[in-house]
Amino acid sequence: MPEQPFIARGFHRRRSGGSERQLPPGQYETRDFPVLSAGPTPHTPLADWDFTILDEAGKSVRWSWDELQSLPRETPTVDIHCVTKWSKFGTRWEGVSVDTLVAMARENGLDDGEFVLALAEGGYTTNLPAADVTGGKAWIAFAFDGKPLAPEHGGPARLLVPHLYFWKSAKWVRGLRFMQHDRPGFWEQLGYHNRGDPWREQRYQGDP
Amino acid sequence: MTPRLDWRVSKVVDVRDETPRARTLVLEVPEWPGHRAGQHVDIRLVAEDGYQAQRSYSIASAPENPSVELTIERLAEGEVSPYLSDVLRPGDGLEVRGPIGGYFVWSTAQAGPLLLVAGGSGIVPLMAMLRHRTRADETRRAETPTRLLYSARTWDDVIYKEELKQLGADAEVHLTLTRDAPADWNGFRRRVDRAMLQEVGWPASELPNVYVCGPTPFTESVATLLVELGHAPAMVRTERFGPTG
Repeated sequence: MPEQPFIARGFHRRRSGGSERQLPPGQYETRDFPVLSAGPTPHTPLADWDFTILDEAGKSVRWSWDELQSLPRETPTVDIHCVTKWSKFGTRWEGVSVDTLVAMARENGLDDGEFVLALAEGGYTTNLPAADVTGGKAWIAFAFDGKPLAPEHGGPARLLVPHLYFWKSAKWVRGLRFMQHDRPGFWEQLGYHNRGDPWREQRYQGDP
Repeated sequence: MTPRLDWRVSKVVDVRDETPRARTLVLEVPEWPGHRAGQHVDIRLVAEDGYQAQRSYSIASAPENPSVELTIERLAEGEVSPYLSDVLRPGDGLEVRGPIGGYFVWSTAQAGPLLLVAGGSGIVPLMAMLRHRTRADETRRAETPTRLLYSARTWDDVIYKEELKQLGADAEVHLTLTRDAPADWNGFRRRVDRAMLQEVGWPASELPNVYVCGPTPFTESVATLLVELGHAPAMVRTERFGPTG
């Protein structure tokens, strides 16, 4: 049901349309790379870093930093959209496809599920349908713009799921837990949308 | 299940210049469900041609205050903040939805020392916490001894000056001016550093609730120093300001 928009008296577009690419509703383009996190930035030494995929039966497969680095890499160039309204076009990343890790987990006898919970340093979590992190849609990214990913941007490695709002791309990611049933993560328990599709403007609970 | 956050057309009932670059909008929001100190709202501006812009702004007013106050810092290159600061006037409508955010929030029910560290307009959500606390009874205030460390560029950039002065009776208020200070200034004159946090912050052993809000480099630096000083990362809640032009 389309509503009559409320027109803000005297408001006009001021930004020149520098980019021809389309923005999701309610977003604006930034050339910076803003930082938003709920707490202090962790600094885990690479020697102590690992990445784990777990299933509900308690089986797990683990990669050290060097093991992760030895896997085939991809270099996606993607647009990213933060729920706080900024979007950034054409960001260049390097990382390992989640497909690669999930395939190795399956080879090791893990049972996957319909959903995953991304697990990050400091207890941060975010939930996603498994279909949103497989099929070439998600990476464990460790480089940005040709350089190692800076800690404030989630380094040494973050989940990268660019087709969803960026809080789903968990910074400082350390693992994925397969789940048969969905379970809300950190922001999803605090009023943010369960899926977070920017093109449908799924910012908060109750949005379409 | 949380109900849908609908856009509501609020009414601007007052505007207040806080500094040469910051203005407070006092909004009456129909059926405002109430908020917690530290939360924010989204605002939406739609132009005649259908072009729209949205931004998030922290709420400055106490939950006990029936109106919703936003303090907007004017960014010259911005699209939304100049409109909110220069064009909007009492009687105008403004679309808002909220309140939003459930982590960077504080209430007097969280007993224990409170440390607030603000950089620039990062004072805004922390002011909501201070205002909430001043409205609490004596017992609650005694349970939440409070210290504020507020970093601004110059004296002219200090938002809520008079109110912070009055707060001084009940909470410790420390200001630091990083660029230029009046000749008779006897507060700090440098960026927030380790020594300053040690001097005016609570020791980590007292397990204070800590809230840090400001521009990204400020928040990164302060939060990292606090962890180095022994504060548990889970006790340090941060809100980093990206560009919200």
